[in-house]
Amino acid sequence: MPITTAYEAKIEHISILDEKGNFDEKLGKGLIPDADLVKLYEAMSSCRQLDQVAFRLQRSGRMGTYPQNMGQEATSLGAAYVLRKDDWMVTCYRENCGLFWRGVPKEAILLHWMGDERGNAMPKPHWVTPIYVPLGTQMLHAAGLTMAARYKGEDRIACTFFGDGASSEGDFHEACNFAANLKIPVVFVCQNNFWAISTPSKINSAAPTFAQRGLSYGMPCLQCDGNDLFATVYTMKKSVEYTRQTGLPCFVEMVTYRLGDHTTADDASRYRDKAEVDAWKARDPIIRLRNFMTARKLWDDAKEAALAERIEKENADAVARAEGIAAPHRADFFDSMYADIPADLAAQRDTMQTHSLGQDPSQLPPEAQERARQMAAEAEAAHH
Amino acid sequence: MANLNLVQAINLALIQEMEKNENIVLLGEDIGVNGGVFRVTEGLQKRFGEKRVFDTPLAESGIIGLSIGLAMGGLHPVPEIQFEGFLGPAYDQICSHAARMRSRTRGAFTVPMTIRIPVGGGIHAPELHSDSPEAIYAHTPGLKVVMPSSPYDAKGLLVAALREPDPVLYFEPKRIYRAFREEVPEDEYTLPIGKARTVCEGTDLTIVSWGASVIQCMQAIEKSGKSIELIDLRTIYPFDIDAVAESVNKTGRCVVVHEAPLTCGFGAEISARIMERCFLQLEAPVQRVAGFDTTMPYYKLELDYLPDATRVVRAIEDCLAY
Repeated sequence: MPITTAYEAKIEHISILDEKGNFDEKLGKGLIPDADLVKLYEAMSSCRQLDQVAFRLQRSGRMGTYPQNMGQEATSLGAAYVLRKDDWMVTCYRENCGLFWRGVPKEAILLHWMGDERGNAMPKPHWVTPIYVPLGTQMLHAAGLTMAARYKGEDRIACTFFGDGASSEGDFHEACNFAANLKIPVVFVCQNNFWAISTPSKINSAAPTFAQRGLSYGMPCLQCDGNDLFATVYTMKKSVEYTRQTGLPCFVEMVTYRLGDHTTADDASRYRDKAEVDAWKARDPIIRLRNFMTARKLWDDAKEAALAERIEKENADAVARAEGIAAPHRADFFDSMYADIPADLAAQRDTMQTHSLGQDPSQLPPEAQERARQMAAEAEAAHH
Repeated sequence: MANLNLVQAINLALIQEMEKNENIVLLGEDIGVNGGVFRVTEGLQKRFGEKRVFDTPLAESGIIGLSIGLAMGGLHPVPEIQFEGFLGPAYDQICSHAARMRSRTRGAFTVPMTIRIPVGGGIHAPELHSDSPEAIYAHTPGLKVVMPSSPYDAKGLLVAALREPDPVLYFEPKRIYRAFREEVPEDEYTLPIGKARTVCEGTDLTIVSWGASVIQCMQAIEKSGKSIELIDLRTIYPFDIDAVAESVNKTGRCVVVHEAPLTCGFGAEISARIMERCFLQLEAPVQRVAGFDTTMPYYKLELDYLPDATRVVRAIEDCLAY
């Protein structure tokens, strides 16, 4: 018998506006109305400025470790722009630009990195899940959320974001497999930013693309220039349309680059060359779009200056709001564990400052009981 | 009333709650057409359809991760993990997400979910089919951990779990899946999660146990000829320390019995709590009868590993000797 081809595939790469300013009129014309383009540009600029503010907050001790989004603004923004406002967006931690576009308040993200769980509650009304810290686990939740929606007769889909590094995690593969086999409408978006802290993407995949990971689950796969807002919007339109119409998942790789360190606790100069970073700085999604808009007379220096002033104030206001939220009462971390706090946990909460844990105060000798009463009163007074 | 074994009691609880609450969905490996490897979900796919009872790919983390999303999306999923030995791959999803979701989002997202898991040894099963990992999950804040020891309790506790707003690990001791039958009401009833049951009253000594070991304890009590109070914890977390303390303050002596390994087994916690709550009434140190700090042996030696009536009687005698 002759050898035949059991399977053959190709993966399209989409690029519309390149870093030299070349624009594919056929794909790009009419894709994004001019008024929207300006708003999207402003959103990216604002997100970039907030990154710088956050960096300074961390360095001055006003915020904990923070992962900058710098360079990757066009990826999640392209998705958020295309998705319906009631589609689930299930992201990782470098998708601020898309989250803000969906209406997540900036102070929610700041509050999270300022060490306050209440920041994670704010995304809920916007069909967005809170920031996920362990890599790769959230894609399964995206599948479950959408399956629940379909179960209830709702037609929303989900879009889930993760990095090239997270695509090595078992949960990523399980999520793809579950979504494909159980027919769950999820758009999987891999942000390939080439670095997982210091691990280069070639250690995470030996294949020529990350997009082809989707092939093994029978999904349609696309790759696009993740620093080209036109390309991310175009690719998401194709993908979202496919998933909404068929109820089936699909896969997108957005090729981008992490211009900053992994987080404020990282120093990327230890493991990557300046020349590489400089080359990617030339492909910055924001500069590229500004040049395009300027050439089309949609933008000028005066508008840029006015925008800079506006976003500086907006972001300062967001920081002020985040810092203005009073610290929670220390009992909060007990009270949020269960819908109804177990009696034993309530006892730990109520005696956390006065007794060894688990001690039944009524069993203490009388003088120890009196001392405990005093300590409880003092602790409560000191807290207020 | 019907005379049911533990498998049938769970099946009945699932049917009755699924009829009442259309947000309950069942998922797992082989639970659909096949009805589960222990037949616990027998007939449920036929009765409720593939939308509510469905087979998944073979991936435990995927099953729990998907269930978390389903729960965040407003359903009450009931994932089955085929054997407790396969919980390992799902550990991250259970402990990093299910357990923490309410707390980390301050209640914006919650995970009402009942994970059903056959547990424990004594059925001549292959490797990794006979362990007792309940303490690992009792040690993880945000979870509730339940283990019934009889068909009546199995139904009442499962109905309660299916109405819980937080994630519950519902361990089903496979050694007593079909070991005996008892009268199980068809009418609705629940047993509160977090409340122990006094199996029999006594004055000489208290035994605290849960799951299949309760049966061994009952045999030991009969053999010993002493007046012994047996407390079946029913819920490992949150556990009913009040019931334990009340009994031990009365008897002054306590033996804790469980299948799981001794070190950091839940008996260690019970023992510490008894120190805190009953110190002045104690007549003897708390004795523990447990699995050993070894790998669970293959089944030729499993009865040497599992607590039995003889070992429990020895502990009773030691405790009473003080």
